[in-house]
Amino acid sequence: MCDVCGCGDQEVVSVEVNQRILSANERQASHNRTHFRQRGVLAINLMGSPGSGKTALLEATAERAPGQRFAAVSGDLATENDAERLERAGIRSRAITTGSACHLDADMVHHALHHLDWDDVDALFIENVGNLVCPAIYDLGQQANVVLLSVTEGEDKPLKYPVMFRAADLVLLTKTDLLPHLPGMDRRRIEDALGRVMPEPRFLALSAVTGEGMGAWIDWLKQTRHS
Amino acid sequence: MHEYSIVSALLDQVEAEARRHSRAEVLGIRVRIGELAGVDGELLHTAWSVFREGTACARAELELSGEAACWICPGCGVEIPRGRMLRCEECALPARLAAGDALVLERIEMEVGDV
Repeated sequence: MCDVCGCGDQEVVSVEVNQRILSANERQASHNRTHFRQRGVLAINLMGSPGSGKTALLEATAERAPGQRFAAVSGDLATENDAERLERAGIRSRAITTGSACHLDADMVHHALHHLDWDDVDALFIENVGNLVCPAIYDLGQQANVVLLSVTEGEDKPLKYPVMFRAADLVLLTKTDLLPHLPGMDRRRIEDALGRVMPEPRFLALSAVTGEGMGAWIDWLKQTRHS
Repeated sequence: MHEYSIVSALLDQVEAEARRHSRAEVLGIRVRIGELAGVDGELLHTAWSVFREGTACARAELELSGEAACWICPGCGVEIPRGRMLRCEECALPARLAAGDALVLERIEMEVGDV
């Protein structure tokens, strides 16, 4: 209070904060990461457009790696369908029904993990919401980001979504069984596009239906877990 | 899209700072968004104008500063232009992102009073 005329003093204060906006999410993600490391579980953040083949990939992975144990948390806007399919494939799963949220965050994953028996598995898959924009910037505590791109999505897709593809540790070109129906498609153009948005492009082509490339994917999982 | 969740995180941070000052009303905030931060400035403005209602930021202006993406060779330091292969032709090393993915709350301006 001003002691000359008794008016209330209003003062403008400028505070230099310089803090990352997603730092709260990053703290929770770091917490998740510690849990995964302590249990020796490989946590994978699986991303891609809706329909790129995330759920089918996990079903086929469980079938072709019968000696491995997997668990999954599955983000879906409105249903629990993905989690149900994974359970039927032998993968312990928990659905995260996000409502209108277009991505998963570290809190949602943390919460889902409390309702799932996951700490004795070889790998935990976090099946993110189908979306090539939003999930890229939310750390969930994963060890690696795997981004799916199906053969029908267009060769220049990586150029259109540079943030997502820069974040990828591995890109999977899915549904290669459809290539006979896509005579104009050239894998080399996809590799070229990836090289313009990813400094170290890593890329495997596969088909969950025929099994092509699935061996290399399963090997990558094993190598990544032990690295 | 996710700009709403960014604004939600932003409001939490700003309000935490505002609570450290008595009777603070936030006049403005300054945020830096990199070109490769994955956030759209226009959508952020829209989300801000909706979500700030009823908070200590109800009258706060959002000022955005941009940060261009800058890829450089970690060996020789040369800048690799956007759209080119992200590998230095001379050194054969993968490029490093020197700037462009920032998503930072830089500054808050508040009116504080001790009436």
